[in-house]
Amino acid sequence: MSVTSKAGDTLKIADRTFNSRLLVGTGKFEHPELMSAAIQASGAEIVTVALRRVDLTRPDEDILSAIDTDKYLLLPNTSGARDAEEALRLARMARAAGMPDWIKLEVTPEPRYLLPDPVETLKAAELLVKEGFTVLPYIGADPLLAKRLEEIGTATVMPLGSPIGSNRGILTRASIEIIIEQANIPVVVDAGLGAPSHAAEAMEMGADAVLVNTAIAIADDPVGMAEAFAMGTAAGRAGYLAGLASSSRNAIASSPLTGFLGKN
Amino acid sequence: MRVMVNGEGIEVEDGATVAALLNQLGLPGDRTVVELSGQVVTREEHTSKVIADGDTVELIRFVGGG
Amino acid sequence: MLFNDTHSPEEVRSLVTRAMDTTPERVERALSATNASFSDFLALISPAAADFLEQLAARAQRITRERFGRIVRLYAPIYVSNECTNSCAYCGFNKGNEVRRITLTPEEVFEEARALWHEGFRDILLVSGEAPNKAPLSQLVEAARMLSRDFPSISVEIYPLETEGYVSLERAGVEGVTVFQETYDPELYTKYHLGGKKRDFDFRLATPDRIGAAGMRKIGLGALLGLGHWRFEAVSLAMHALYLQKTYWQTNVSISFPRIRAASGGFLPPSPVSDREMAQLAFALRLLIPDIGLTLSTRETAEFRDGITPICFTSTSAGSKTEPGGYTRPGEATEQFAIEDSRTPGEVAEAIRGMGLEPVWKDWDRAFIAAESMESLPKDAERMA
Repeated sequence: MSVTSKAGDTLKIADRTFNSRLLVGTGKFEHPELMSAAIQASGAEIVTVALRRVDLTRPDEDILSAIDTDKYLLLPNTSGARDAEEALRLARMARAAGMPDWIKLEVTPEPRYLLPDPVETLKAAELLVKEGFTVLPYIGADPLLAKRLEEIGTATVMPLGSPIGSNRGILTRASIEIIIEQANIPVVVDAGLGAPSHAAEAMEMGADAVLVNTAIAIADDPVGMAEAFAMGTAAGRAGYLAGLASSSRNAIASSPLTGFLGKN
Repeated sequence: MRVMVNGEGIEVEDGATVAALLNQLGLPGDRTVVELSGQVVTREEHTSKVIADGDTVELIRFVGGG
Repeated sequence: MLFNDTHSPEEVRSLVTRAMDTTPERVERALSATNASFSDFLALISPAAADFLEQLAARAQRITRERFGRIVRLYAPIYVSNECTNSCAYCGFNKGNEVRRITLTPEEVFEEARALWHEGFRDILLVSGEAPNKAPLSQLVEAARMLSRDFPSISVEIYPLETEGYVSLERAGVEGVTVFQETYDPELYTKYHLGGKKRDFDFRLATPDRIGAAGMRKIGLGALLGLGHWRFEAVSLAMHALYLQKTYWQTNVSISFPRIRAASGGFLPPSPVSDREMAQLAFALRLLIPDIGLTLSTRETAEFRDGITPICFTSTSAGSKTEPGGYTRPGEATEQFAIEDSRTPGEVAEAIRGMGLEPVWKDWDRAFIAAESMESLPKDAERMA
């Protein structure tokens, strides 16, 4: 069941244009074939991957064999980096592997919640932009940090809905609303989206895209869940475009304020 | 000669190139990132870059990630 | 990127047309939106919304309380010079008008400011016609610098400058610049600006961008109601303010939209705006941009000001004189326009307290800025007290 976005409603990031507003990750899948099928079902065009040391005892375990790099834009992340310097090192390695210069900047020194370090992220972003990378920074839902990153020249900002892998949905709604209102670059809600309704909520708020990994990978039926997220994302986007009737608050009756205006 | 690869000691022919090492380990040249003593070796240099005694080699590749 | 690149009069006209046939049901939906969207704003400035003025006022008041509390800032203009090389049809200083023209020296500006200081003002607006030879920018920078120790808040409302001019003003202690586009309709603009550099519509329209680029803390936008159709100006002002807030996100944007008063040239406004229409515009802007500063001028009657201030305005001038030397040697120079509310600043402050609001004379202090970032005055410079 293919979920088509509204004609012409394309997502533009840096110099590329995409039809799908769902980005997917490739972590935590049981095996590559299942991952590949789920990516296909999601309709995503941007797929994130990580960089790790090769396990010399299992040389043939190569994820790229299960992802058609002509069809999908591979977006390497810098997970594992604990500061700007390590993030830079990982980004340069990804580039050396022949990937396009796109990088999901992810500096998560704190292992339990994997929350992004704003200071190192800002530092790394500046260096990476200068080196010609298209930077998509994963950040906490911090509107000021988002504007700072925009000023430095990142291609998007990717505020978290809730911690990575928590599947708790959007616990940062008020901040994300401000980020969306103030942004001049695309806003991708990334991390913590645990159900299609969470993706729909982000899109209804006006987010430009969402990134989902855990919720699809660990589902009983990852392919089915990928399709569900595709529909949730498209539905939320369609609702936003159709002009959501925002929640109403009744006007307060009070003494005639405009009495001074008389009739003219 | 003996070379440290991803933290393990490995016997390698004297004068072996990066490409030869990858081949010896059964790793695909076009999708493995090689760092020789902290310096990233670009793919074009795989066949020309010779590994010296005492070099440390880091082999990195893409895995699943969010 | 400049606002000019995003502003198209044709688009504004089509939005106004869309607003005109808004239904009462659509107005009610706009009134109940938690955060009014731009399409809500169009509905709120529609003819249909005129029948909902009371509900609109109630929403505007509630949002103003949420964002600003009960404060109303007081300021006063000091006209430094009424020399001018431009001939704008609606202005008392029009080059073609036979008027008595004066340019105050920095010392004379200091005396005018001292009079205001003793009235309680700590926030003043330096105003000048465009006469770079007779009233050069350097004199204005010098005047601002001399006032910067006793007046923590100094703004200027003068002819458009290049960015460097605003940087020198900012360094001398100026925190805000107001520049009215007068009318955002290029044809009308040409019709009413008959001579001088001010004929250049685009240069003026890009001025707030240059002010933002100079890192100025405040930008004041404005339209002179009566020149163009008020809905056209409303849509343009809203777009301009939203653009500036998003682009210069550390800068505070405010809007004013005074109605044309009889100027000494006897100019009659072609599209006069009624009290109800002006109120509707103010309320709709408040719903669209909750944090926008709305500034009220003494061109309006005391009765209108006392009625509308407690609903959505956040700053107002008081006891204003619109002629150079107006506070210390009135009558020597011709005024720019006649003011309607001639109450003293103290009376205006009293009236504000009477509305349950708090008049704010001083809202900032020089101590907050590291001394060296400001060209500070010599320690022994004369004090106002």
